[in-house]
Amino acid sequence: MAVVKLFGAWTSPYCYRVIWALKLKGIPYEYIEEDLSNKSPLLLQYNPIHEKVPVLLHDGKPICESTVILRYIDEVWPQNPLLPADPHERAVALFWIKFADDKSPLISKLYRTDGEEQKAVAKECFEMLEVVEGHALIGGKKFFGGDEINMVDIAFCSFAHWLEYIEDFTGLKIVEPHKFPRLNSWIQNFKSVPVIKDNLLDTDKMSALLKCRREILLASKSS
Amino acid sequence: MAGKQKHTRVKNQLKMGELKVLGSWSSPYGLRVQWALGLKSVEYEYIDEDLLNKSEMLLKYNPVHKKIPVLVHNGKAIAESAVILEYIEETWPQQHPLLPKDPYERAMVRFWINFLDNKDKVAPFITFFIGVGEEHKKAVKEAKELLKLYEEQVLGEKKYFGGEEIGMLDLAMGWMAYFGAIEEIVDVKILDAETFPRLHAWIQNFRAHPVIKNNLPDHDRLLQNYTEKRQRFLAYSPHTENA
Repeated sequence: MAVVKLFGAWTSPYCYRVIWALKLKGIPYEYIEEDLSNKSPLLLQYNPIHEKVPVLLHDGKPICESTVILRYIDEVWPQNPLLPADPHERAVALFWIKFADDKSPLISKLYRTDGEEQKAVAKECFEMLEVVEGHALIGGKKFFGGDEINMVDIAFCSFAHWLEYIEDFTGLKIVEPHKFPRLNSWIQNFKSVPVIKDNLLDTDKMSALLKCRREILLASKSS
Repeated sequence: MAGKQKHTRVKNQLKMGELKVLGSWSSPYGLRVQWALGLKSVEYEYIDEDLLNKSEMLLKYNPVHKKIPVLVHNGKAIAESAVILEYIEETWPQQHPLLPKDPYERAMVRFWINFLDNKDKVAPFITFFIGVGEEHKKAVKEAKELLKLYEEQVLGEKKYFGGEEIGMLDLAMGWMAYFGAIEEIVDVKILDAETFPRLHAWIQNFRAHPVIKNNLPDHDRLLQNYTEKRQRFLAYSPHTENA
């Protein structure tokens, strides 16, 4: 049986996307934790272009970029499909996955900025969430994937857990329940899914790290 | 047997259905979609959008981004060129396949399309067009590095990015086929035959393909239109000497 390895980092939402996909399909894999401040020669060899995690290694061949990895996994292991069968519905799903990919970096930008810049980022986040609330979650579905989560739900994970970590940390409240009822509902549903709940990072460890990182970031800005 | 043939004919007609493409005459993202349909001999109605005066149809079919291209198939809209290309490939898989069969090779195509569509990878070429001074110098350097990567690591020794035939990645790289007009306007050559012989050969092959040849923006129109565009940007730029 071909070996599957995943190079990841415990803080990265992009790595969790891959972990959840592998778990949902029951694919055994070996997980290798990367220290992003001291990247291993193997990681640099397997992802010379971006030097980033996640990297999936299947039968010795590396695949980079979480969305590319998810699509690969879905094609090679078709059990428990992560995309709709109907071509138009698939296209809509891929559209929203791209949206999540393009906009997720805004969320981490919230804790990398302060003052006026942070206010501007918060406004942009708010507008982005309005789009999701107004266009992506219509139809009263429990998840983007319907009754079960699919690749779109997984792609939006930054909007669930990571946005919450950052909100808690910065004190900014962006996903207000009365303004974003559908999104809030989705967040609660997503967080309750067993495979998601059982494969998450340590929130205390995350808070400590965010605090440390933010101090470094702000110190380097003022110097 | 006759019954089965009739069924296939009806099925193909339904698949054909009503197909519209909303694009713009010089957008490489819109052209990708038109090229894909052309390669697969799929007929469609083309609707040219004036991006400074977007139609009700565009706003209705792409309310999230309000951008072209948009594909409308039997009344259902799909936006984002990379997503549209995948849809076209799935809907008309037999004629001129645009993706390899092997999942790993497909992943490589998706990786590179993702890479070159990333706004950080597009930016140097935009700055090449409208930037000045130090900003422009930096853009030239970055653009050349990207071109080197595409030449050596992505195209390599192949005729096309897709191998022997034009594939999805060639369509995504299609902007290079008429980049010469931009270079002419800026009066700086970066994609030259001496530095990038393989990319240069690729451009000649790509442009010569009958489907592509008949669907390239008119050179003179590009020169006129883009010269005006550049002048507008430079007039508003804080860096110009006479500002």
